[in-house]
Amino acid sequence: MGNHALSYGAKLSRVQVIAAYPITPQTQVVELLSEMCADGELDAQFVKVESEHSALAASIGASAVGARTFTATSAQGLALMHEMIHWAVGARTPVVLGNINRAMAPPWSIWTDQNDSLSERDTGIMQVYCESNQEVQDTVIQAYKVAEKVLLPCMVVLDAFYLSHTYEPVDIPEQKLVDKYLPPFNPPYKLDPKDVHAFGGLTDAKWYYELRYKIESAMNRAREEWKKADDEFGKIFGRRYGLVEDYRCKDADIILITSGTITGTARITVDILRDKGKKVGVLKIRVFRPFPTDKVREMLGGAKKVACIDRNISFGQSGIFFEEIKSALYNSSHRPPIWGYIAGLGGRDVTPETIKEIVKRTEESDRPEDLIWIGLKK
Amino acid sequence: MPNAKKIIWKGVDDMPEMAVSIASMRINKTASWRNLKPIIDYNKCKPCGICWKFCPEPSILLKEDGTPMIDYDYCKGCGICAEECPRNAITMHREER
Repeated sequence: MGNHALSYGAKLSRVQVIAAYPITPQTQVVELLSEMCADGELDAQFVKVESEHSALAASIGASAVGARTFTATSAQGLALMHEMIHWAVGARTPVVLGNINRAMAPPWSIWTDQNDSLSERDTGIMQVYCESNQEVQDTVIQAYKVAEKVLLPCMVVLDAFYLSHTYEPVDIPEQKLVDKYLPPFNPPYKLDPKDVHAFGGLTDAKWYYELRYKIESAMNRAREEWKKADDEFGKIFGRRYGLVEDYRCKDADIILITSGTITGTARITVDILRDKGKKVGVLKIRVFRPFPTDKVREMLGGAKKVACIDRNISFGQSGIFFEEIKSALYNSSHRPPIWGYIAGLGGRDVTPETIKEIVKRTEESDRPEDLIWIGLKK
Repeated sequence: MPNAKKIIWKGVDDMPEMAVSIASMRINKTASWRNLKPIIDYNKCKPCGICWKFCPEPSILLKEDGTPMIDYDYCKGCGICAEECPRNAITMHREER
Protein backbone atom coordinates (compact mmCIF):
# COMPACT_ATOMS: atom_id res chain seq x y z
CA MET A 1 0.00 0.00 0.00
CA GLY A 2 1.02 3.63 -0.51
CA ASN A 3 1.56 4.10 3.20
CA HIS A 4 4.07 1.27 3.33
CA ALA A 5 5.73 2.65 0.21
CA LEU A 6 6.46 5.77 2.27
CA SER A 7 7.83 3.60 5.12
CA TYR A 8 10.10 1.64 2.77
CA GLY A 9 11.26 4.86 1.13
CA ALA A 10 12.28 6.15 4.56
CA LYS A 11 13.93 2.86 5.52
CA LEU A 12 15.91 2.67 2.28
CA SER A 13 17.02 6.27 2.88
CA ARG A 14 18.44 5.08 6.23
CA VAL A 15 16.54 7.66 8.27
CA GLN A 16 17.98 8.08 11.76
CA VAL A 17 15.08 9.75 13.55
CA ILE A 18 11.33 9.35 13.05
CA ALA A 19 8.82 11.42 15.03
CA ALA A 20 5.15 11.15 14.21
CA TYR A 21 1.64 11.16 15.60
CA PRO A 22 -1.00 8.83 14.12
CA ILE A 23 -3.91 10.09 12.03
CA THR A 24 -6.07 8.30 9.46
CA PRO A 25 -5.12 7.71 6.65
CA GLN A 26 -1.41 8.09 7.56
CA THR A 27 -1.29 5.64 10.50
CA GLN A 28 0.29 2.62 8.76
CA VAL A 29 3.26 4.70 7.63
CA VAL A 30 4.55 5.09 11.16
CA GLU A 31 3.16 1.78 12.42
CA LEU A 32 5.45 -0.04 9.99
CA LEU A 33 8.39 2.23 10.76
CA SER A 34 7.98 1.70 14.51
CA GLU A 35 7.88 -2.07 13.88
CA MET A 36 11.05 -1.83 11.80
CA CYS A 37 12.75 0.08 14.64
CA ALA A 38 11.54 -2.38 17.29
CA ASP A 39 12.71 -5.38 15.23
CA GLY A 40 16.13 -3.85 14.75
CA GLU A 41 15.56 -3.88 11.01
CA LEU A 42 16.01 -0.11 10.95
CA ASP A 43 18.64 1.59 13.11
CA ALA A 44 16.66 4.70 13.99
CA GLN A 45 15.27 6.53 17.01
CA PHE A 46 11.47 6.42 17.02
CA VAL A 47 10.24 9.43 19.00
CA LYS A 48 6.70 9.20 20.35
CA VAL A 49 5.09 12.61 20.70
CA GLU A 50 1.76 14.05 21.82
CA SER A 51 0.82 16.01 18.69
CA GLU A 52 1.81 16.74 15.12
CA HIS A 53 3.20 20.11 16.21
CA SER A 54 5.62 18.25 18.47
CA ALA A 55 6.29 15.62 15.80
CA LEU A 56 7.68 18.21 13.43
CA ALA A 57 9.37 20.14 16.25
CA ALA A 58 11.22 16.96 17.28
CA SER A 59 12.08 16.28 13.63
CA ILE A 60 13.55 19.76 13.25
CA GLY A 61 15.65 19.30 16.40
CA ALA A 62 16.94 15.97 15.15
CA SER A 63 17.72 17.39 11.72
CA ALA A 64 19.57 20.30 13.37
CA VAL A 65 22.05 17.88 14.96
CA GLY A 66 22.62 16.35 11.54
CA ALA A 67 20.31 13.32 11.64
CA ARG A 68 18.29 12.27 8.58
CA THR A 69 14.72 12.71 9.78
CA PHE A 70 11.27 11.59 8.66
CA THR A 71 7.72 12.36 9.70
CA ALA A 72 4.28 11.85 8.17
CA THR A 73 0.77 13.20 8.64
CA SER A 74 -2.54 14.19 7.00
CA ALA A 75 -5.08 17.04 6.95
CA GLN A 76 -5.68 18.51 10.45
CA GLY A 77 -2.35 17.04 11.51
CA LEU A 78 -0.57 18.98 8.78
CA ALA A 79 -2.49 22.11 9.76
CA LEU A 80 -1.26 21.67 13.33
CA MET A 81 2.30 21.41 11.95
CA HIS A 82 1.89 24.71 10.08
CA GLU A 83 3.96 26.83 12.47
CA MET A 84 6.71 24.24 12.51
CA ILE A 85 6.78 23.99 8.71
CA HIS A 86 7.80 27.65 8.64
CA TRP A 87 10.38 26.78 11.29
CA ALA A 88 11.80 23.83 9.34
CA VAL A 89 12.17 26.05 6.29
CA GLY A 90 13.71 29.01 8.15
CA ALA A 91 16.09 26.76 10.07
CA ARG A 92 16.95 25.06 6.76
CA THR A 93 16.39 21.55 8.14
CA PRO A 94 15.81 19.06 5.30
CA VAL A 95 13.16 16.96 7.01
CA VAL A 96 11.12 14.78 4.64
CA LEU A 97 7.41 14.79 5.47
CA GLY A 98 4.98 12.28 3.98
CA ASN A 99 1.55 13.89 3.65
CA ILE A 100 -1.43 11.80 2.71
CA ASN A 101 -3.90 14.22 1.14
CA ARG A 102 -7.06 14.19 3.23
CA ALA A 103 -9.90 16.71 3.07
CA MET A 104 -10.03 19.33 5.81
CA ALA A 105 -12.85 19.30 8.38
CA PRO A 106 -15.58 20.22 9.08
CA PRO A 107 -17.46 18.24 8.05
CA TRP A 108 -15.14 15.43 9.07
CA SER A 109 -13.78 13.55 6.11
CA ILE A 110 -11.00 11.04 5.87
CA TRP A 111 -11.04 10.94 2.05
CA THR A 112 -8.72 12.66 -0.32
CA ASP A 113 -8.34 16.19 -1.55
CA GLN A 114 -5.39 18.53 -1.75
CA ASN A 115 -6.44 21.51 0.35
CA ASP A 116 -4.33 20.36 3.32
CA SER A 117 -0.97 20.35 1.52
CA LEU A 118 -1.77 23.29 -0.74
CA SER A 119 -2.52 25.41 2.34
CA GLU A 120 1.24 25.10 3.03
CA ARG A 121 2.08 26.48 -0.42
CA ASP A 122 3.81 29.65 0.77
CA THR A 123 5.85 28.23 3.65
CA GLY A 124 8.90 27.28 1.56
CA ILE A 125 8.56 23.51 1.96
CA MET A 126 9.07 21.65 -1.33
CA GLN A 127 6.03 19.66 -2.51
CA VAL A 128 5.90 16.66 -4.83
CA TYR A 129 2.59 15.03 -5.85
CA CYS A 130 2.78 11.29 -6.56
CA GLU A 131 0.68 9.18 -8.87
CA SER A 132 1.61 5.59 -7.94
CA ASN A 133 2.97 3.72 -4.93
CA GLN A 134 6.22 3.06 -6.77
CA GLU A 135 6.56 6.79 -7.30
CA VAL A 136 5.87 7.40 -3.60
CA GLN A 137 8.74 5.16 -2.49
CA ASP A 138 11.14 6.51 -5.12
CA THR A 139 10.20 10.11 -4.39
CA VAL A 140 11.11 9.78 -0.69
CA ILE A 141 14.63 8.71 -1.69
CA GLN A 142 14.90 11.49 -4.28
CA ALA A 143 13.48 13.98 -1.76
CA TYR A 144 16.36 13.40 0.68
CA LYS A 145 18.83 13.80 -2.17
CA VAL A 146 17.41 17.19 -3.14
CA ALA A 147 16.39 18.44 0.32
CA GLU A 148 19.86 17.87 1.79
CA LYS A 149 21.50 19.59 -1.21
CA VAL A 150 19.43 22.75 -0.94
CA LEU A 151 18.70 22.54 2.81
CA LEU A 152 14.93 22.79 2.56
CA PRO A 153 12.30 20.38 3.89
CA CYS A 154 10.22 18.41 1.41
CA MET A 155 6.66 17.14 1.46
CA VAL A 156 5.96 13.92 -0.44
CA VAL A 157 2.24 13.96 -1.18
CA LEU A 158 -0.11 11.08 -2.04
CA ASP A 159 -3.87 10.64 -2.28
CA ALA A 160 -5.74 9.17 0.68
CA PHE A 161 -7.01 5.62 -0.01
CA TYR A 162 -6.53 5.78 -3.81
CA LEU A 163 -2.83 5.36 -2.95
CA SER A 164 -2.45 5.16 0.83
CA HIS A 165 -4.57 2.02 1.25
CA THR A 166 -4.37 0.53 -2.24
CA TYR A 167 -2.09 -2.45 -2.74
CA GLU A 168 -0.02 -2.60 -5.90
CA PRO A 169 3.39 -4.11 -6.68
CA VAL A 170 6.33 -1.89 -5.75
CA ASP A 171 9.90 -2.70 -6.68
CA ILE A 172 12.03 -2.28 -3.57
CA PRO A 173 15.60 -1.61 -4.70
CA GLU A 174 18.70 -3.12 -3.12
CA GLN A 175 20.00 -1.16 -0.15
CA LYS A 176 23.50 -0.92 -1.58
CA LEU A 177 22.16 0.79 -4.71
CA VAL A 178 20.27 3.32 -2.60
CA ASP A 179 23.41 3.88 -0.50
CA LYS A 180 25.30 4.60 -3.71
CA TYR A 181 22.63 7.11 -4.74
CA LEU A 182 22.14 8.79 -1.37
CA PRO A 183 25.26 9.68 0.67
CA PRO A 184 24.97 10.32 4.43
CA PHE A 185 23.57 13.70 5.53
CA ASN A 186 26.25 16.19 6.48
CA PRO A 187 24.99 19.78 6.95
CA PRO A 188 27.43 22.75 6.93
CA TYR A 189 26.35 23.83 10.44
CA LYS A 190 24.81 21.67 13.10
CA LEU A 191 24.17 21.60 16.83
CA ASP A 192 27.51 20.29 18.00
CA PRO A 193 29.04 20.84 21.46
CA LYS A 194 32.49 20.88 19.84
CA ASP A 195 31.59 23.74 17.49
CA VAL A 196 29.01 25.87 19.25
CA HIS A 197 26.47 27.98 17.37
CA ALA A 198 23.02 29.33 18.14
CA PHE A 199 20.32 28.72 15.52
CA GLY A 200 17.31 30.76 14.51
CA GLY A 201 17.89 33.50 17.10
CA LEU A 202 16.44 37.00 16.92
CA THR A 203 17.48 38.60 13.63
CA ASP A 204 16.55 42.21 12.98
CA ALA A 205 15.84 43.90 9.67
CA LYS A 206 19.57 44.07 8.95
CA TRP A 207 19.75 40.42 7.83
CA TYR A 208 16.24 38.86 7.80
CA TYR A 209 15.66 40.07 4.23
CA GLU A 210 18.87 38.37 3.01
CA LEU A 211 17.92 35.11 4.77
CA ARG A 212 14.58 35.09 2.90
CA TYR A 213 16.49 35.68 -0.34
CA LYS A 214 18.66 32.65 0.51
CA ILE A 215 15.53 30.49 0.86
CA GLU A 216 14.22 31.64 -2.51
CA SER A 217 17.65 31.01 -4.10
CA ALA A 218 17.62 27.50 -2.64
CA MET A 219 14.12 26.89 -4.07
CA ASN A 220 15.35 28.12 -7.41
CA ARG A 221 18.39 25.79 -7.29
CA ALA A 222 16.05 22.97 -6.29
CA ARG A 223 14.50 22.97 -9.79
CA GLU A 224 17.84 21.95 -11.28
CA GLU A 225 18.56 19.59 -8.34
CA TRP A 226 15.25 17.76 -8.89
CA LYS A 227 16.15 17.28 -12.52
CA LYS A 228 19.63 16.01 -11.63
CA ALA A 229 18.35 13.77 -8.84
CA ASP A 230 15.72 12.29 -11.16
CA ASP A 231 18.24 11.69 -13.98
CA GLU A 232 20.71 10.00 -11.64
CA PHE A 233 17.88 7.94 -10.15
CA GLY A 234 16.89 6.87 -13.63
CA LYS A 235 20.43 5.75 -14.44
CA ILE A 236 20.68 3.58 -11.31
CA PHE A 237 17.11 2.32 -10.89
CA GLY A 238 15.64 2.65 -14.39
CA ARG A 239 12.73 4.88 -13.32
CA ARG A 240 12.32 8.58 -14.08
CA TYR A 241 9.43 10.88 -13.27
CA GLY A 242 10.41 14.43 -14.28
CA LEU A 243 9.24 17.65 -12.67
CA VAL A 244 6.25 17.40 -14.97
CA GLU A 245 5.31 14.39 -17.02
CA ASP A 246 3.65 14.75 -20.41
CA TYR A 247 1.48 12.17 -22.08
CA ARG A 248 0.64 12.62 -25.75
CA CYS A 249 0.97 16.40 -25.42
CA LYS A 250 3.12 16.99 -28.48
CA ASP A 251 0.37 17.44 -31.09
CA ALA A 252 -2.52 17.89 -28.65
CA ASP A 253 -5.16 20.57 -29.21
CA ILE A 254 -6.42 20.23 -25.64
CA ILE A 255 -3.99 19.57 -22.79
CA LEU A 256 -5.37 18.42 -19.45
CA ILE A 257 -3.45 19.46 -16.34
CA THR A 258 -3.57 16.89 -13.54
CA SER A 259 -1.80 15.88 -10.34
CA GLY A 260 -1.89 12.78 -8.13
CA THR A 261 -4.01 9.75 -9.04
CA ILE A 262 -6.33 11.66 -11.36
CA THR A 263 -3.41 11.50 -13.81
CA GLY A 264 -3.76 7.74 -14.41
CA THR A 265 -7.48 8.08 -15.11
CA ALA A 266 -6.80 11.00 -17.44
CA ARG A 267 -4.20 8.98 -19.39
CA ILE A 268 -6.66 6.13 -20.00
CA THR A 269 -9.32 8.61 -21.05
CA VAL A 270 -6.89 10.32 -23.42
CA ASP A 271 -6.22 6.95 -25.08
CA ILE A 272 -9.96 6.37 -25.52
CA LEU A 273 -10.46 9.86 -26.96
CA ARG A 274 -7.41 9.58 -29.22
CA ASP A 275 -8.90 6.41 -30.69
CA LYS A 276 -11.91 8.54 -31.63
CA GLY A 277 -9.62 11.03 -33.33
CA LYS A 278 -9.59 13.71 -30.61
CA LYS A 279 -6.17 15.28 -30.07
CA VAL A 280 -5.95 15.35 -26.28
CA GLY A 281 -2.93 15.09 -23.96
CA VAL A 282 -2.14 15.13 -20.24
CA LEU A 283 0.44 17.17 -18.39
CA LYS A 284 0.98 15.91 -14.87
CA ILE A 285 2.42 18.41 -12.41
CA ARG A 286 4.64 16.34 -10.12
CA VAL A 287 6.90 18.91 -8.46
CA PHE A 288 4.64 21.73 -7.27
CA ARG A 289 7.23 23.62 -5.19
CA PRO A 290 9.52 24.72 -6.68
CA PHE A 291 6.99 25.32 -9.47
CA PRO A 292 8.30 24.12 -12.86
CA THR A 293 7.42 27.41 -14.62
CA ASP A 294 9.74 27.01 -17.63
CA LYS A 295 8.65 23.45 -18.23
CA VAL A 296 4.95 24.43 -18.06
CA ARG A 297 5.55 27.26 -20.56
CA GLU A 298 7.40 24.91 -22.89
CA MET A 299 4.80 22.15 -22.71
CA LEU A 300 1.70 24.34 -23.04
CA GLY A 301 3.15 26.67 -25.66
CA GLY A 302 1.67 24.72 -28.58
CA ALA A 303 -1.74 23.90 -27.11
CA LYS A 304 -4.94 25.45 -28.46
CA LYS A 305 -6.78 24.96 -25.17
CA VAL A 306 -5.81 23.94 -21.65
CA ALA A 307 -8.13 22.35 -19.06
CA CYS A 308 -6.87 22.22 -15.49
CA ILE A 309 -8.41 19.68 -13.10
CA ASP A 310 -8.14 20.69 -9.44
CA ARG A 311 -8.93 18.42 -6.50
CA ASN A 312 -8.75 21.51 -4.31
CA ILE A 313 -10.09 25.05 -4.21
CA SER A 314 -8.91 28.44 -3.09
CA PHE A 315 -12.25 29.87 -2.02
CA GLY A 316 -12.92 33.23 -3.60
CA GLN A 317 -10.52 32.53 -6.45
CA SER A 318 -10.28 29.18 -8.27
CA GLY A 319 -8.47 25.84 -8.28
CA ILE A 320 -4.94 26.25 -6.97
CA PHE A 321 -3.07 24.44 -9.77
CA PHE A 322 -5.18 26.52 -12.18
CA GLU A 323 -3.95 29.72 -10.51
CA GLU A 324 -0.37 28.51 -10.68
CA ILE A 325 -0.57 27.54 -14.36
CA LYS A 326 -2.21 30.82 -15.27
CA SER A 327 0.40 32.78 -13.38
CA ALA A 328 3.23 30.80 -15.03
CA LEU A 329 1.86 31.61 -18.48
CA TYR A 330 1.05 35.28 -18.01
CA ASN A 331 4.56 36.54 -18.85
CA SER A 332 5.01 33.92 -21.54
CA SER A 333 4.86 34.71 -25.25
CA HIS A 334 2.21 32.07 -25.97
CA ARG A 335 -0.78 32.00 -23.66
CA PRO A 336 -3.41 29.41 -24.54
CA PRO A 337 -6.89 29.92 -23.01
CA ILE A 338 -7.39 27.91 -19.80
CA TRP A 339 -10.51 26.39 -18.29
CA GLY A 340 -10.47 25.64 -14.55
CA TYR A 341 -12.37 22.59 -13.30
CA ILE A 342 -12.99 21.57 -9.69
CA ALA A 343 -13.48 17.82 -9.25
CA GLY A 344 -13.17 15.04 -6.70
CA LEU A 345 -13.26 17.08 -3.48
CA GLY A 346 -13.59 15.02 -0.30
CA GLY A 347 -12.57 11.86 -2.18
CA ARG A 348 -15.37 11.90 -4.75
CA ASP A 349 -14.43 9.54 -7.57
CA VAL A 350 -13.01 11.11 -10.70
CA THR A 351 -13.78 8.59 -13.44
CA PRO A 352 -13.07 8.49 -17.20
CA GLU A 353 -16.64 9.82 -17.60
CA THR A 354 -15.72 12.88 -15.50
CA ILE A 355 -12.65 13.49 -17.65
CA LYS A 356 -14.66 13.03 -20.87
CA GLU A 357 -17.16 15.63 -19.64
CA ILE A 358 -14.29 18.05 -18.95
CA VAL A 359 -12.83 17.53 -22.42
CA LYS A 360 -16.25 17.91 -24.05
CA ARG A 361 -17.02 21.10 -22.19
CA THR A 362 -13.61 22.57 -23.05
CA GLU A 363 -14.03 21.56 -26.68
CA GLU A 364 -17.46 23.14 -27.03
CA SER A 365 -16.66 26.36 -25.21
CA ASP A 366 -15.06 29.30 -26.93
CA ARG A 367 -14.76 31.47 -23.82
CA PRO A 368 -12.45 30.25 -21.02
CA GLU A 369 -13.90 30.08 -17.52
CA ASP A 370 -11.98 30.16 -14.22
CA LEU A 371 -14.21 28.01 -12.08
CA ILE A 372 -16.37 25.14 -13.29
CA TRP A 373 -17.82 22.60 -10.85
CA ILE A 374 -18.01 19.17 -12.44
CA GLY A 375 -20.66 16.70 -11.27
CA LEU A 376 -22.39 19.13 -8.90
CA LYS A 377 -25.77 17.64 -7.83
CA LYS A 378 -28.56 20.01 -8.65
CA MET B 1 35.49 24.47 27.02
CA PRO B 2 34.39 24.53 23.38
CA ASN B 3 35.56 27.29 21.10
CA ALA B 4 33.06 29.98 20.27
CA LYS B 5 33.93 31.15 16.78
CA LYS B 6 32.53 34.28 15.21
CA ILE B 7 31.11 34.00 11.72
CA ILE B 8 31.57 37.19 9.76
CA TRP B 9 29.95 37.93 6.41
CA LYS B 10 29.45 40.85 4.04
CA GLY B 11 26.32 39.89 2.12
CA VAL B 12 24.17 37.15 0.63
CA ASP B 13 27.01 35.51 -1.25
CA ASP B 14 29.27 34.76 1.70
CA MET B 15 26.75 34.46 4.53
CA PRO B 16 25.84 31.02 5.89
CA GLU B 17 22.90 29.27 4.26
CA MET B 18 21.26 28.70 7.64
CA ALA B 19 20.04 31.28 10.15
CA VAL B 20 23.00 30.56 12.37
CA SER B 21 23.83 33.32 14.85
CA ILE B 22 26.89 35.44 14.18
CA ALA B 23 28.39 33.79 17.23
CA SER B 24 27.40 31.51 20.05
CA MET B 25 25.74 32.96 23.15
CA ARG B 26 29.17 32.97 24.74
CA ILE B 27 30.03 35.93 22.52
CA ASN B 28 26.54 37.20 21.87
CA LYS B 29 25.72 38.97 25.17
CA THR B 30 22.00 39.51 25.40
CA ALA B 31 21.52 41.88 28.35
CA SER B 32 21.63 45.07 26.29
CA TRP B 33 17.92 45.81 26.60
CA ARG B 34 17.79 45.55 30.43
CA ASN B 35 16.05 48.56 32.00
CA LEU B 36 15.88 47.36 35.61
CA LYS B 37 18.91 45.87 37.27
CA PRO B 38 18.57 43.46 40.20
CA ILE B 39 21.01 44.02 43.06
CA ILE B 40 21.50 41.52 45.87
CA ASP B 41 21.89 42.81 49.41
CA TYR B 42 24.26 40.21 50.81
CA ASN B 43 23.51 41.33 54.37
CA LYS B 44 19.94 40.08 53.94
CA CYS B 45 20.64 37.04 51.70
CA LYS B 46 20.74 33.65 53.46
CA PRO B 47 21.60 31.58 50.42
CA CYS B 48 18.45 29.49 49.84
CA GLY B 49 18.74 29.16 46.02
CA ILE B 50 15.16 30.25 45.30
CA CYS B 51 16.27 33.07 42.98
CA TRP B 52 18.51 30.60 41.13
CA LYS B 53 15.58 28.20 40.69
CA PHE B 54 13.19 30.88 39.42
CA CYS B 55 15.51 32.76 37.05
CA PRO B 56 14.20 31.90 33.56
CA GLU B 57 17.41 32.70 31.67
CA PRO B 58 19.32 31.33 33.79
CA SER B 59 21.36 34.37 34.81
CA ILE B 60 21.85 33.62 38.48
CA LEU B 61 24.95 31.58 39.19
CA LEU B 62 25.67 29.96 42.56
CA LYS B 63 29.10 30.04 44.15
CA GLU B 64 30.33 26.86 45.78
CA ASP B 65 28.91 27.91 49.17
CA GLY B 66 25.53 28.59 47.54
CA THR B 67 25.80 32.38 47.45
CA PRO B 68 23.96 33.73 44.37
CA MET B 69 25.62 36.00 41.83
CA ILE B 70 23.82 37.79 39.01
CA ASP B 71 25.31 37.35 35.56
CA TYR B 72 24.78 40.85 34.17
CA ASP B 73 25.93 39.79 30.69
CA TYR B 74 22.67 37.91 30.19
CA CYS B 75 20.20 39.15 32.87
CA LYS B 76 17.33 40.99 31.17
CA GLY B 77 15.94 42.50 34.35
CA CYS B 78 12.62 40.69 34.48
CA GLY B 79 12.52 40.99 38.28
CA ILE B 80 11.29 37.47 39.01
CA CYS B 81 14.20 36.92 41.45
CA ALA B 82 13.29 40.08 43.38
CA GLU B 83 9.63 39.02 43.45
CA GLU B 84 10.42 35.51 44.70
CA CYS B 85 13.18 36.25 47.27
CA PRO B 86 11.64 35.37 50.68
CA ARG B 87 13.91 37.82 52.50
CA ASN B 88 13.51 40.74 50.07
CA ALA B 89 17.26 40.69 49.56
CA ILE B 90 17.00 41.56 45.86
CA THR B 91 15.86 44.98 44.72
CA MET B 92 15.39 46.38 41.22
CA HIS B 93 17.13 49.61 40.20
CA ARG B 94 16.75 51.65 37.04
CA GLU B 95 19.69 51.19 34.66
CA GLU B 96 21.77 54.27 34.09
CA ARG B 97 23.30 54.47 30.66
